[in-house]
Amino acid sequence: MNARILLLAWFLVMPLPAIAQGFADLGTDADAYAPVRPGTAITFPRDHGAHPGHRIEWWYVTANLTDDTGASLGVQWTLFRQAAAPNDTGTGWASQQYWMGHTAMTTPDSHHHAERLARGGIGQAGVTAAPFAAWIDHWSFESEETGFAPLRLSADGEDFAYDLTLDTDAPMVLQGDGGYSRKSDRGQASYYVSQPFFTVTGTVTLAGEDRAVTGRAWMDREWSSQPLAPDQTGWDWFSLHLESGAKLMLFRLRSETRSPYYAGNWIDPDGNSTPLAQEAITMEPLNTARVAGRRVPVSWRLAVAGRNLDVTATALNPQSWNGTFFPYWEGPITVTGSQGGMGYLEMTGYPRIE
Amino acid sequence: MSRIWHALTALLSHWRRKPLQLTALLGGLMIATALWSGVQALNAQARESYDRAARTLGGDAVPSLALPGGIEFDESVFVALRRAGWPVSPVLEGTIRLGETRMRILGIEPLTLPAAARMTGETSGPVDGALFEGFMAPPWRAFAHPDTVAALAGEEGLPPLTAQRDLAPTLLMMDIGAAQAMLDSPGRISRLLLDPGMSAPATPLAQATDLPLEWRETDTQGDLDRLTKSFHLNLTAFGLLAFLVGLFIVYSAIALAFEQRLPMLRTLRALGISARMLTGVLLVELLTLSLLAGIAGVVGGYVIAAALMPDVAASLDGLYGADVPGTLSLELSWWLAGIAISVLGAMGAAGYSLLKTYRMPPLASARRQAWRAAQRGWLRVQGALAVLLLIAAAVLMLFAEGLVAGFAGLAALLLGAALLLPPALALILRAGQGAARGPIAQWFWADAQQQLSGLSLALMALLLALGANIGVGTMVNGFRDTFTNWLDQRLVAEVYYNARSDEDAATIRAWALAQDDITALLPTLNATTRMDGLPVTVVGYTDHPTYRTSWPMVAIAPDAFDRVATGEAVFASEQLATRLSLSVGQTIEIDGWTATVAGIYPDYGNPKGQISAEITTIAKVFPTARRGGTGLRVAEGRTQAVISAMRERFDLGDNLIDQAALKGYSKGVFEDTFAVTAALNVLTMGVAGFALFMSLLTLSEMRLPQLAPLWAAGVTRRGLAGLELLKTLAMALFTALLAIPLGLAVAWCLVAVVNVQAFGWRLPFHLFPGQWAALVALAVLTAGLAALWPINSLRRMPPVRLVRVFTDER
Amino acid sequence: MLTIRTLAKAYPTPQGPLAVLRGLDLDVGAGQSLSLMGESGSGKSTLLHLVAGLDSADGGSIHVGETDITRLDDAGRAALRRQRIGLVFQQFNLIPSLTVAANLAFQARIAGRHDPAWQNTLADRLGLTDLQDRYPEQLSGGQQQRVAIGRTFAMRPDLILADEPTGNLDEESGDAVMHLALNLVAQTGCTFLMVTHSARLAGMLDRQVTLVQGRLA
Repeated sequence: MNARILLLAWFLVMPLPAIAQGFADLGTDADAYAPVRPGTAITFPRDHGAHPGHRIEWWYVTANLTDDTGASLGVQWTLFRQAAAPNDTGTGWASQQYWMGHTAMTTPDSHHHAERLARGGIGQAGVTAAPFAAWIDHWSFESEETGFAPLRLSADGEDFAYDLTLDTDAPMVLQGDGGYSRKSDRGQASYYVSQPFFTVTGTVTLAGEDRAVTGRAWMDREWSSQPLAPDQTGWDWFSLHLESGAKLMLFRLRSETRSPYYAGNWIDPDGNSTPLAQEAITMEPLNTARVAGRRVPVSWRLAVAGRNLDVTATALNPQSWNGTFFPYWEGPITVTGSQGGMGYLEMTGYPRIE
Repeated sequence: MSRIWHALTALLSHWRRKPLQLTALLGGLMIATALWSGVQALNAQARESYDRAARTLGGDAVPSLALPGGIEFDESVFVALRRAGWPVSPVLEGTIRLGETRMRILGIEPLTLPAAARMTGETSGPVDGALFEGFMAPPWRAFAHPDTVAALAGEEGLPPLTAQRDLAPTLLMMDIGAAQAMLDSPGRISRLLLDPGMSAPATPLAQATDLPLEWRETDTQGDLDRLTKSFHLNLTAFGLLAFLVGLFIVYSAIALAFEQRLPMLRTLRALGISARMLTGVLLVELLTLSLLAGIAGVVGGYVIAAALMPDVAASLDGLYGADVPGTLSLELSWWLAGIAISVLGAMGAAGYSLLKTYRMPPLASARRQAWRAAQRGWLRVQGALAVLLLIAAAVLMLFAEGLVAGFAGLAALLLGAALLLPPALALILRAGQGAARGPIAQWFWADAQQQLSGLSLALMALLLALGANIGVGTMVNGFRDTFTNWLDQRLVAEVYYNARSDEDAATIRAWALAQDDITALLPTLNATTRMDGLPVTVVGYTDHPTYRTSWPMVAIAPDAFDRVATGEAVFASEQLATRLSLSVGQTIEIDGWTATVAGIYPDYGNPKGQISAEITTIAKVFPTARRGGTGLRVAEGRTQAVISAMRERFDLGDNLIDQAALKGYSKGVFEDTFAVTAALNVLTMGVAGFALFMSLLTLSEMRLPQLAPLWAAGVTRRGLAGLELLKTLAMALFTALLAIPLGLAVAWCLVAVVNVQAFGWRLPFHLFPGQWAALVALAVLTAGLAALWPINSLRRMPPVRLVRVFTDER
Repeated sequence: MLTIRTLAKAYPTPQGPLAVLRGLDLDVGAGQSLSLMGESGSGKSTLLHLVAGLDSADGGSIHVGETDITRLDDAGRAALRRQRIGLVFQQFNLIPSLTVAANLAFQARIAGRHDPAWQNTLADRLGLTDLQDRYPEQLSGGQQQRVAIGRTFAMRPDLILADEPTGNLDEESGDAVMHLALNLVAQTGCTFLMVTHSARLAGMLDRQVTLVQGRLA
């Protein structure tokens, strides 16, 4: 037994309980962190930047792409920020801001992912509001001109890389109620804004081969100090680009003891965002797949009452597993039924069964 | 079954009657096992430490990027390289002083640590994240070896320490941010670790940073392993010597017991126990005894190793800068091996006796073998064998290459000399008898010859211990003289200092130049490189009469200093010259710079090679060379004044030292280096003394028939005791005198063969007659002490026991 | 020459002291030869050892000439043995590390009256002339005992004490040794005291006494 190896493994795992808790167990002790309150004004470009007073925050981009042969693929680029201590004023190595980058590329028969970790305070990772730039190491998502869009998105992993340009004229879309997104009946909430209207052009490299791609992308921005209730075990999260030009965001937070908490926003093609009532949302797993020792639903029936929407969402690749320190399922989906479309699905908290 | 049992009880009853023999047998086995397994423990512990050192981040387990000369650079380079796609991880290294001890600080960045540093072995067990709480955040917890944690308890100015068994003992491992604060190097890093499995980043290194970072490859061989090989061979040789000496004791105890039990063995045979069963029973007896002794011996070995470990650690640190913890942790296999060696050793020592038992006819032959003819015979065989071994030793030492050959030669020399001892002593005693007048004197010499066969093993052990002692002592003392002399010549400046920063250096320089008391300022520059794969330090020195008049050289060309001053030539250290086969006048290439070797100088104790050249030349050839220490020549009697002035004016702390203190420090390192050698020397002498004691004790019982006639003829018991003591002392004296030439041969072999192979330097050969006199006296004293008890008991022996000699039916 | 009065000696045993000699009286004149007989344990060897000063008595006196041995210390008794008393034992008489010649000369030289001519005569009489350079281990039992006798006579003792001197020898060589010894006794005029089991050998001597339970019978 090589104990030094174990020692180093400990080092690497050390921040993870903290980061993982950001998703799974932030039910308590949020008081010292900046609170999330309804009615708080969200303004840009300021809120493109980081909110170090809040415990957890992310910049999340998912893109549904088609290459010049017509093949579908998906790209995920995510930067997480986590504050390990409230009221962090540390500079340099003393900063208590931790950053984690995830990126993935999914085709119908392969899924690739990579992960990066960094400390705040020294410039290895960070986010600036204007001009907008988010980066960890050489992975970056940043404005190419003085305005927010167009933006350049790039990252790589061991066997894949991409360099994409995202553009839109649309303003940011406020999720939930004016950007205040409830996560339970008991007050847990986050600030949540999106930009679902990106068009994408660029190049992806897979197996050493460059491919020109086009498609759509969706950016989520969320920051909070206490997004989950203690009993909540995981979530299923959808972002859909519908053929009509409308966008739909749906999620349900599963609980050990209660029925799931449902939420969603219907975004008209003009950007008008309407929160959906819990009762209006149907999210029903249809088929599951064995993924990384878990049973994960990879085909869903989604319906929204009053919006004439009843569709089946199917994973482009059921094995879209990000085997990162905090592992989860994230991949592109195709939508058929009352309306066609595409989108992304994220699922967390499915227990290992073997 | 019961037959075996009865036979065994009968055999064992012998030991109850002869507890001394039992003590000798068990004691010999115990000592042999203890010393051997103790040395093995030391070796194993040290090797494990090297492995650990090689695997530690501070070691060379992963390739890294660094500036030439190990100069620190700004952490922004780390960020720039990360952002250019280079998977680097920053490391800051440095040392701090805590009272008397120096601690190495290793600052790491856990999140970017390359996978290679953690993926080279299997992991198991649950991962405990809580252990690392407060590592990258206040209170900036650090990790250290458990010994270190204990040693630093209560030390101020340290973060809380968490024990981690797998760290080197003088290392504090902490977050890079904490290390920067502790080392007072804000924003600085020493190296960037690389992932050996990484694919080449798209951005070339030169584009990512302006700094001339060098790629340092992994050294999987482990420099330490190689460097310390000779040290461990040395230890092993000592262990083997001790083991053999112990086996001598065992052999004589077993042989004696066999002789004395011969009548009993015959009786048992006559009573119908087969030769095979009898041999088997003896084997069982031996197995039991050797198991008991083995267990006790291994425990003793642990005690010895635990006692010596701090010395070994000090020696390794002094010689090679290797970090080895001062405490032991041993595996089960070590314990088992120790017991096995005891059993095997006992079997080996008993082999001949067992064979004799197996072949013994049940009826005794009418006459005992004539000892005189037998002695002549084996003396002749032994003498011939000894001569062969000595020839082999000479051939090995003069013509064979390599460290192992050197040690093999040494072994042949020692063994040959040991075998030659009894014939040599027999010659001396015969000569003594020829010269003796008077009946008692004649008896004295004649009897000593007869006693020789019984004592020769013990005397051989004494000879080996003395020879090794004189040899190693001559080497170490010679080394000490040379080293002290060399220090005197090398450390000529009165004051040395090392400024903390370039700014400080400039300030101090300006101040020093303005002082009347300071007559010369002698700065140096250091850079590191590799020549033929060998790590080499390049030193730039200031051309000054100080060096020209005092620098000791092994070989030097005419006008050497002038030619070095112009930058066309350099001086090379003896180690480098030996390893690269350099000679004066030869041209060498150092990182693309071609220069002539103008001189070769000794550089004792430095495992690395060294090149010295004129300072401005070095500054040009190695633009990144690091500022080294500066020497100050000071007007006579003003040294303390200058030091106080500098202390007052500049923040130099430990980096300001006067010549005397520096010499004292260097000599302290030297003494540490040979501490373990001294300890082992004492131990082998002790074992030899024990061997002598046991031999005398067992012999004393057998010698009554020799002594009783003298007593009957009117020599008092006191007189007999005096004669016996004198005889023992004389034998020890002769042995010690014979050990002197042997010791000198050993010393020559160490100095001229082993050291050159092991360290790359050759020492002048000094003689220390005072040391010989002391050792001869010690040998005689040892023999006297060993003889004290048996002789005292003879002096006080009740007459009835002597009378019994004449009346006992035997 | 030898006057013994009320000599007592006991040895400690686990069952208490065992009295070996119980008030023994004995007078032997100068030049007389005397055999001591008795069963095993009758005390004859003990008597011999006490006279030789090899052991100390518990009571009584032993006068050799004018000297009372019982009043001498260890060194005094050793000196007496050195100067005046010769001992011949059944075995282990000789010093194994010395040659026959050296053994013959040994005691005489210690006593300071080494006489090479007398030694040669003795060697000749005892048939040892050709064996002078040998070592004891190279001799037969009879030869060894002859060396022991020669060694004793070489120092010209006043008193010779012999304990079963021929006990290890066959009858023929035993008788030969005995005759040689008695001839020398007669020639030198020394007193001779011999312990033996053999009535035949005892009969060769001037006088015979028998010990029974620590007293003369």
